[in-house]
Amino acid sequence: MSFIDLSKNEVQCKVVYYGPGRGGKTTNLLYIHQAMTEAVRGKMVTIDTKGDRTLFFDFLPLALGKIQGLSIKIQLYTVPGQVMYNATRKLVLKGVDGIVFVADSLRVQKEKNVESLENLRQNLAEDNIDIKEIPLVLQYNKRDLGGSNIPILSVEEMEEDLNQELQVPWFTGSALKGDGVFETLREISKRTVKYVSRKLLSR
Amino acid sequence: MQITALSFSEAEESGVGMDLVLSKESIDNIINVLDDDLLRAGADCVILVDRSGNLIVNRGDPANLDVVALAALSAANFGATAEIAKLIGEDDFALLFHKGKNENIHFTKVGKGFILITLFGKDVSLGLIRLNTAKVTDQLIPILGGEQ
Ligand SMILES: Nc1nc2c(ncn2[C@@H]2O[C@H](COP(=O)(O)OP(=O)(O)OP(=O)(O)O)[C@@H](O)[C@H]2O)c(=O)[nH]1
Ligand SMILES: [Mg+2]
Repeated sequence: MSFIDLSKNEVQCKVVYYGPGRGGKTTNLLYIHQAMTEAVRGKMVTIDTKGDRTLFFDFLPLALGKIQGLSIKIQLYTVPGQVMYNATRKLVLKGVDGIVFVADSLRVQKEKNVESLENLRQNLAEDNIDIKEIPLVLQYNKRDLGGSNIPILSVEEMEEDLNQELQVPWFTGSALKGDGVFETLREISKRTVKYVSRKLLSR
Repeated sequence: MQITALSFSEAEESGVGMDLVLSKESIDNIINVLDDDLLRAGADCVILVDRSGNLIVNRGDPANLDVVALAALSAANFGATAEIAKLIGEDDFALLFHKGKNENIHFTKVGKGFILITLFGKDVSLGLIRLNTAKVTDQLIPILGGEQ
């Protein structure tokens, strides 16, 4: 749920990074946090982390400048990807305006990617949100493992598994190295702001 | 008091949830209510957030306080507590209170969609804060567009 404050000409939107456990959601936020200046980003909050697994969520607020006189504030959240934490995922999804789905390129995660996307579709549907309506961008993460001896999925295969029906923008990435992180963020921000302001204008 | 909040019935129909737009008058009204009934009663800081974690208004002296993080964490905390309420057969808890050594924090539900956060020191009574947050809540609901 976006909030528009006309006294400050400011819009606040919520973008959630979703995807299977260990796929690289938290790593995306960590990279954004360390690459952006303090003028742009606020403090990153990571709660209830056990090792590097997210148990509740991560949070990073960004101030992305102005579009047509309107200041854009975007709050990034990650969900816990592990299957058993669905109640927590639903909680973090409350009021979402845009979604980045971080898929894991490891071949062993092929099914987990599909399951997680299906779980997203269901959780959105429970909140009366159609996955085809809400801004959504896919990131095929961990492409840096391409040259290694660890088996990874081809981009074509990931497209077929995840994006055949949705046909949304996608990016290859390596959250660890920072590749594709800002491309993904830029696209979801653009789409989310457009979507929110279209709702505003169609009033 | 004038109702100046707009919410999108169109957005609700398309299943996107309610977006909130507040005019300058509405924001000013909210500020007046918070200042008159909570800051003047001795609260150090008063923050209104929505349940998806957006910061609507903050008043008082939040020096060194990260209000944006506080808004996100409070919304999540409230959401988690609502789930606990369901597990024990309650609908929701209307308020939460945490007592610290020097600073206390009080959370109240405002309608279905908002949370009022009040920070106050040890020399202010909880009873007074409770009384005044109840009063404030009643005044905020119409400004925020009725029962969200
Ligand atoms: N090689 C490689 N490793 C990555 C990449 N992104 C993340 N990782 C590693 O994968 C592991 C899991 O990353 P996280 O960002 O914690 O994953 P997550 O999606 O937040 O996981 P949950 O919190 O359990 O849902 C960490 O050890 C990361 O360093 C990447 O692009 N390449
Ligand atoms: Mg994580």
